[in-house]
Amino acid sequence: MKEMERLSWRCRRGLLELDIVLGRFVERDYAGLDEMQKAAFNALLDMPDTVLWDMIAGRQDASEGEQQALLEKIRAV
Amino acid sequence: MAVVKRTFDVVVVGAGGAGMRAALALSEAGLKVAVLSKVFPTRSHTVAAQGGIAASLGNVSEDNWHWHMYDTVKGSDYLGDQDAIEFMCRAAPEVVYELEHFGMPFDRTDSGKIYQRPFGGHMQDYGKNPVQRACAAADRTGHALLHTLYQRNVQANTNFFVEWMALDLIRDQDGDVLGVVAMEIETSEVMILQARATLFATGGAGRIFQASTNAYINTGDGLGMAARAGIPLEDMEFFQFHPTGVHGAGVLITEGVRGEGGYLINKDGERFMSRYAPNAKDLASRDVVSRAMATEIKEGRGCGKDADHVLLKLDHLGEDVISHRLPGIREIAIKFAHVDPAKDPIPVVPTAHYMMGGIPTNYHGQVVAPYDGGPEEIVQGFYAVGECACVSVHGANRLGCNSLLDLIVFGREAARQIIEDLKSNPHPKQLPSDAADRSLSRLARLEGQKNGESVSEVGAAMRRVMQAHCGVFRFPDLLAEGVRKIYEVAERAKCTEIKDKSKVFNTARVEALELDNLIEVAQATMTAAAARQESRGGHARDDFPDRDDDNWLKHSLYFSEGRHLDYKPVRLKPLTVETFPLKTRVY
Ligand SMILES: Cc1cc2nc3c(=O)[nH]c(=O)nc-3n(C[C@H](O)[C@H](O)[C@H](O)COP(=O)(O)OP(=O)(O)OC[C@H]3O[C@@H](n4cnc5c(N)ncnc54)[C@H](O)[C@@H]3O)c2cc1C
Repeated sequence: MKEMERLSWRCRRGLLELDIVLGRFVERDYAGLDEMQKAAFNALLDMPDTVLWDMIAGRQDASEGEQQALLEKIRAV
Repeated sequence: MAVVKRTFDVVVVGAGGAGMRAALALSEAGLKVAVLSKVFPTRSHTVAAQGGIAASLGNVSEDNWHWHMYDTVKGSDYLGDQDAIEFMCRAAPEVVYELEHFGMPFDRTDSGKIYQRPFGGHMQDYGKNPVQRACAAADRTGHALLHTLYQRNVQANTNFFVEWMALDLIRDQDGDVLGVVAMEIETSEVMILQARATLFATGGAGRIFQASTNAYINTGDGLGMAARAGIPLEDMEFFQFHPTGVHGAGVLITEGVRGEGGYLINKDGERFMSRYAPNAKDLASRDVVSRAMATEIKEGRGCGKDADHVLLKLDHLGEDVISHRLPGIREIAIKFAHVDPAKDPIPVVPTAHYMMGGIPTNYHGQVVAPYDGGPEEIVQGFYAVGECACVSVHGANRLGCNSLLDLIVFGREAARQIIEDLKSNPHPKQLPSDAADRSLSRLARLEGQKNGESVSEVGAAMRRVMQAHCGVFRFPDLLAEGVRKIYEVAERAKCTEIKDKSKVFNTARVEALELDNLIEVAQATMTAAAARQESRGGHARDDFPDRDDDNWLKHSLYFSEGRHLDYKPVRLKPLTVETFPLKTRVY
């Protein structure tokens, strides 16, 4: 469960938009992800805030299939 | 319990624009610098800044620092210190060109110069016509600033302590500051960081309000630490409210929406700004629009089942304008307000945005407090810059794009001052034997608390009280009640309990410690607001609607101990020019 703790801290961002969306996603959906998806989520969290927000807002796509599928889930939050 | 100690020349708490600008100059001077940040440096809240940095480069329209200074003094509603304002406006072009040399990707004119855009409150010729003064990097100036400074700091060998939270200031019996006690978030390990100079750059505290545009990390930690160590907080009654934060979420809807023809309506569908500002209507200045919205809500013309917001209407602009000229707005509205603005109006409320007050400093970034005789004595070894500091260049109201400028100018200047001060202070002072005691006892209290209060409930209570009693418009009865209520919440905050006592990334513990800081700020803000019997800038009293220079042209100082207030004069004398005389602030 420490994995969740670490993630929820990493979801603290500089943009309020991300605080809200990522926080909700981790709370509701993270536990249900498989290992590949979890890895993809971790990779997304390493992105700069502005890029990540553009992706979630649908103005930019992720480069990689797994991330793109995950983005769709995050967008639905 | 023995606490590990490390020693540096300088400890900087905060890795936003202010902290990183200072750290860069310090590391480049060969000093051993530690920079602490709760989050990865480039995720500091500075990343949210889009508008730009103000500087009178005159690249697009004629401009000079005197005009910029005039706008800033007027914008501050004359509460800004004119020596600091002159210092900032004069230094602005130089610090912006420095950023350019560091590699910051500013927008360019066709001839290759830094492009400048217009921004509210920035004028030519002492307030006559709008001027193009804001230097931006597309709509991500803050992001570009943080990335540029972070890269340079890495090259300069700054020691970053990422995901470390400073808990308390170390001050000895002479009142000198000798470093901080900090906790690693990953392990909950506590360490003493001893330093010959300690610089706070911890950012704002917008999270004391229910409706806030600020990210969750903006919990006023620097102010809480300073207050607990006996340092006063200056001008805490002055918060800037942005008119259009999304109701319930806080996320900012840019002024550009109203610039493009969007307007506000009440529950009767009335475009109410026509009554408050017949000419400028929805484009009147932030404080005017925010007060009008608050009045509509207070008088029962708010929307929704709780009648607690108004609506921002833009569907008449058409889908084309919305998606092309207002990129990102539709996504924000859909995500956070669950409405498509091409069809339905967006519920909005005036939302806490920027803290004008903070830790009192002079224009060299040295923290000053009334002890040892005078009202502005230097606290040895302690410096503050950025939104956590009160220099005071913003006075009662900040102009857009002047905050990023403040970070860069005073970040650099504080570093210069530290380098000079350390020359005459080559050895770290002996730490008192109880250096870590305050932090350790706070942690022990939290560890052992039984039958305590929930952090999230106390936090919610604090935000509700601040919102209802100390918002945009301040009423005497509500303020008096607010003071009583916020002190009650503060009592509850003394016995918060966390269920999870584990050591690894214990977010619950961090949030409990953050609440200790938030509640210091909330009490300072409420107490100072209840006392100030006038309206000036961001502080609007229903019972005292006018500015009162005879009695209130002074800075407030809030002391945590005894929650008492003191005042000190505004520094009306600039460095080289004549004082800008007091005038009514009209736009
Ligand atoms: C949505 C939005 C848009 C804005 N746009 C503009 C604009 O266009 N132009 C402009 O001039 N201003 C703008 N502002 C205001 C401006 O962005 C901020 O005032 C400014 O970025 C604050 O910078 P800072 O360096 O003081 O603090 P921050 O960038 O907030 O950084 C604070 C740092 O302190 C660290 N920290 C805090 N507490 C602790 C602790 N206890 N231990 C360790 N580290 C800690 C954090 O991790 C962080 O690194 C905007 C503000 C908002 C909310």
